[in-house]
Amino acid sequence: MTATAALPPTHALAEARPASQAYRSAFIALLARDVIVVRKQWKSFIVRTLMQPLLLVFVFTYVFPKIGQGIGGTANADQFSTLLVAGVLGLAIMFQGIQAVALPLVQEFGYSKEIEDRVLAPLPVEMVAIQKIVSGVIQGLIAAVLVFPIAAIVPATPVHLHINWLLLLTVAPLAGWVASALGLALGTTFPPTQVPLLFSVIVMPLTFLGAVYFPWSHLESIRWLQIITLLDPLVYMNEGFRASVTTTPHMSLWAVYGGMIFFATLFTVVGVRNFRGKVIS
Amino acid sequence: MADDIIRTEGLSKVFPGGRPVGGRPASPEVVAVDNLDLTVRRGEIYGLLGPNGAGKSTTIGMLTTRVTPTSGQAYIGGVDVVAKPAIAKQVIGVVPQTNTLDRALTVVENLELHGRYFGMRPAAARVAAFEMLERVRLADRAGAPVASLSGGMAQRLMVARAIMHRPQMLFLDEPTAGLDPQSRIALWEILQEFHADGQTILLTTHYMEEADQLCSRVAIMDHGRILALDTPAGLKRSVGADTIVRVSADGGNLDVLAAHLVDAVAEATSAKVIDGAVQLDTHKTAGLLPRIIDASEQVGYQVTDLSVTEPTLETVFINLTGKELRE
Repeated sequence: MTATAALPPTHALAEARPASQAYRSAFIALLARDVIVVRKQWKSFIVRTLMQPLLLVFVFTYVFPKIGQGIGGTANADQFSTLLVAGVLGLAIMFQGIQAVALPLVQEFGYSKEIEDRVLAPLPVEMVAIQKIVSGVIQGLIAAVLVFPIAAIVPATPVHLHINWLLLLTVAPLAGWVASALGLALGTTFPPTQVPLLFSVIVMPLTFLGAVYFPWSHLESIRWLQIITLLDPLVYMNEGFRASVTTTPHMSLWAVYGGMIFFATLFTVVGVRNFRGKVIS
Repeated sequence: MADDIIRTEGLSKVFPGGRPVGGRPASPEVVAVDNLDLTVRRGEIYGLLGPNGAGKSTTIGMLTTRVTPTSGQAYIGGVDVVAKPAIAKQVIGVVPQTNTLDRALTVVENLELHGRYFGMRPAAARVAAFEMLERVRLADRAGAPVASLSGGMAQRLMVARAIMHRPQMLFLDEPTAGLDPQSRIALWEILQEFHADGQTILLTTHYMEEADQLCSRVAIMDHGRILALDTPAGLKRSVGADTIVRVSADGGNLDVLAAHLVDAVAEATSAKVIDGAVQLDTHKTAGLLPRIIDASEQVGYQVTDLSVTEPTLETVFINLTGKELRE
C-alpha cells in the first residue's frame, strides 16, 4: 500500500468488503438518502400527497351532498362516502408511485444524470432499482396514513368504517409495492419529453377506471368495462382497501391478493430489466 | 505484477449495428475498443490520450462496470470487474463526463451520503466530508445547494466525492472538458495533491497539455487501440527530432515540397503534409529557417508562413495517425 500518511486514518485505501455487508450498508444508505430528501422537502411532500384526496373527498362527499347533488342518489350518500375511503387510500398510494418513483427517475435518467452516480454505489444495479421500489413503498404508506383521516373526517355524511387489521396491514404494503413497481417501470420507459403522455395515457385511465368511485362489482351492468378494468392494477388495490376498512361489497380476496402480487411482480421484473438496460451498455 | 492495479487482457467492446429504420439503412457495428491490453501501476497517473471516438470513454466504462465487454478480461486490485462488478465498485471512484451531483442535497451532504453508500458510519462520513471539502477548497460552500456551484466547483466536488471512500483507483473521464483555463489549473493542482498522497489515477483526455503536465504515463489511443505508451518525455523523444517546423507555402503540391525538403535540409528526419502545411521534423541548428526558405524557393514555392515548436504529444499523435488530435 502506498503512502497515505497525509490523510487521516479513516481514509485507509478501500479494500473490498464481503458482498453481503457492502450491499446491505449501501442499500440502507440509499434509503437514508431518500428519507433525507423527503424530510428536506416535507412541505411539498405533504401538499402533493394531500391536495388531490382532499379536493376529491371535499367535492364528492361534502359539497355534493350539501347541494343535493349526491352521487348515486342522495339517499346513498353515506354509502358513497364510505366506499370512497378505500378509493382515496388506493389513489394516494398510486400517486406516490408516480411522484416518488417514476417522476424522479425520469428526471435522473433524462436531465440530471444523477442516477449515474447511484449506480456506482457498491451493490448490484438491480438492487439500486429495488431500493427505489422500497423507498416508494415507504412513502406510499406514509401517504396512506396522512390521507386516511381526511377520508374519514371531511365527508358531510357519516363514514362507516370497519377495519380488518390483518387485511389492512397486508393490503397496504402490497398496494405500495404495486404502485412503486409501476413507478419504476414507467420511470425507466418514458423520456422526459413524454411525461405529459404518461399522465394522459397511463395515469388518467388507471385512476378513473380503477374502482376509486365505485366498487368493481357494480360494473356488472357494463360487462365489457368490468372485464377491461381487470387490467388496471388500481382495481385490486382499491378492492383490497374496501375489504380492509369497510363492509361495502368487494372483489374476492383471492382476486385481490392474486391481482396485486401478479402486477407487482410483473412491474418489478419489467422495471428492473429496463433499469439495468438503461445504465449498463 | 503485484504492483499493477489495473490489468486488462484482450478487452474489447463491439457495439452492435442498428437495424434499418424506415428508409435508413442498417448502421454498421462499431468496434469501440479493440483487444486492449492495459496495465496501470499503483501510484501513477495514467492518461488515455486520443480524439473523440477513440474508445477512451468506452474503456473507462468497461473498467467502471458500466459497459459490459464483448470479450476479454479486466482486473482492478485483483477483483474481476466483469464477473464481480458489484465488488469491483467498492474499490473504484469515478468522475464521469457529466455533472451527476445529487441536486436534492447540499454540497456537504453529497459527500456525506456518498461515504455512507460505501459503508462509512454517519458521523465518520460527516467528518470526512468536511475534511474533503477543505482539500478541494469548497469548505465555504458546505451548506450550499449544488445547483449554485460553478462548473469548476462542481467538478472539484465530483472529484472529492469520487475519492471520499479512498478508492484504490480513481477514474476521471475528460475531467477538464468545458472548464475555463483557471478552473482547469485548479483541478490539476488538486489531482496532483491527491496523487502525491498515493492516489492512483486513470484519466482520459483529448487535451495534450493535460496529458503532458499531469500524467506519469500516457497511452495514445485511436480507433480502439493503444498506438504508443510511454512517459510524456519518452513519447516526445520518440519523434526523433527536437524541433518541429511548420511550413506554409504557395506554388504547387505540398507533398512534392515535403519530399524535397527532407532531401534538401540535412537535419530533417521526416516531413509530411498536415492540415494544409508541411510539417518538418528536424534538429535545431543555426541558419535552419533561411535554408528551409531557400530550399523551398529553389523548387518554385513561396513560403508564406513558418512556425517553430518543440515536439509535443500532438506531434506524436500526428506522426502515429497522420491526423490532428482535435478534428
